[in-house]
Amino acid sequence: MRVAVLDYGAGNVRSLCAALERAGLRPQVTRDPKVAWEAPLAVVAGVGHLRAAGAGLEATGVAEALRRRAQAGRPILGICVGMQLLFEESEEGGRGLALLKGPVRRLRARRVPHMGWNALSLRGETRILQGLEGADVYFAHSYACVPSDPETVVAEVDHEGSIVAAVEREALAGVQFHPERSAAAGARVLRNVLAWSRSA
Amino acid sequence: MVKKRVIPCLDVAGGRVVKGVRFQGLREVGDPVELAWRYSQLGADELVFLDITATVEGRGPMLELVGRAAQELEIPFTVGGGVDSLEDGLALLHAGADKVAVNRAAVDDPRLVQRLADAFGSQAVVCAIDARAGEVVTHAGRRPRGIDAVSWAKTAVEYGAGELLVTSIDADGTRQGYDLALTAAIAEAVEVPVIASGGAGCARHLAEAFAAGAEAALVASIVHERPERLPELKQELAQAGWPVRT
Repeated sequence: MRVAVLDYGAGNVRSLCAALERAGLRPQVTRDPKVAWEAPLAVVAGVGHLRAAGAGLEATGVAEALRRRAQAGRPILGICVGMQLLFEESEEGGRGLALLKGPVRRLRARRVPHMGWNALSLRGETRILQGLEGADVYFAHSYACVPSDPETVVAEVDHEGSIVAAVEREALAGVQFHPERSAAAGARVLRNVLAWSRSA
Repeated sequence: MVKKRVIPCLDVAGGRVVKGVRFQGLREVGDPVELAWRYSQLGADELVFLDITATVEGRGPMLELVGRAAQELEIPFTVGGGVDSLEDGLALLHAGADKVAVNRAAVDDPRLVQRLADAFGSQAVVCAIDARAGEVVTHAGRRPRGIDAVSWAKTAVEYGAGELLVTSIDADGTRQGYDLALTAAIAEAVEVPVIASGGAGCARHLAEAFAAGAEAALVASIVHERPERLPELKQELAQAGWPVRT
């Protein structure tokens, strides 16, 4: 299945594309809004700052394509900053696409960034994280989403208090961790995403 | 709770691993990506590739290696050694490195840290600090800089470093344990994770570094001479009650 990996300039998407290929997907790196709209699945990856990433998406017209996808119920997966881009205001500065309600806040813990492997605690029904209760996955972030609707939260992780690790609502999904850097557990997440996006 | 990390470090020159690694049953014992893959299968939490001849030979072989590592590895990796400029750092990150480690060039001009963090985020920028008797040294330990290691650590974090790789030149290669006083002083002074480096000889040394406040421990010679030591170390740490990924 074809997947549009959205490139907004800052990205290092090489490892993500390789992981998507291993999971049986055909990634196409693009900043073309038409491709972003048409692909069966769109993935918003992301490193760096939400403000720059958001500005990049708006400038290329990809942000508009993502809003249309969300309205039409076409699957979108956000990874790390890409997940944060699904939400609203960020304390880092800048604003996401507001496809899901709630801010993005700076972590409050002795050690920031939250860096390394941490175990998922699943909440509620999840398709993208099926079979991953307690699995260690790799995080590297200083900000996290605070969804207004607790029902969207499908996984949390403990870093001196609970952090939202994944959200899922209809055709929208986001993971704060890096599946492409999370060994076998990450590969399983991407295979789940493939199954989910086929039927979402 | 985030797990304590054990991170093998591979020394690379001209795109090949150059010392101390003896895997059995591998034909191309000098290929860094192949060795890295093996370590990842043995439970490495992350990897560091240290380009020890970067300034002499140029970046070409390293960029090729980074590209392959990004495609083939399923765990994060950091590239360091001779990152002299913003262009060097950006090239490595664009090639697929998850993190880039800066050392001397950041001491010369800390704005390098800031610029890399602006482009890729703090989580992608590791400041490597080599210290002898609490003083920052550069040029593989040959040049003392007259700067206190703890105050340099704080400065690097203010400029945007998301992690510190703290190597004691005194302890390096001794296998007598990490420099715990240095590790503790820096871990106490900053909020970012600290990776202890230099001196690992056994699991107890890693445990001591974690107790001193390190979030991760770099290992080199002890795993290079026998890679199966890596899962044993993690098992021993788990038995001692440390949260590690097994």
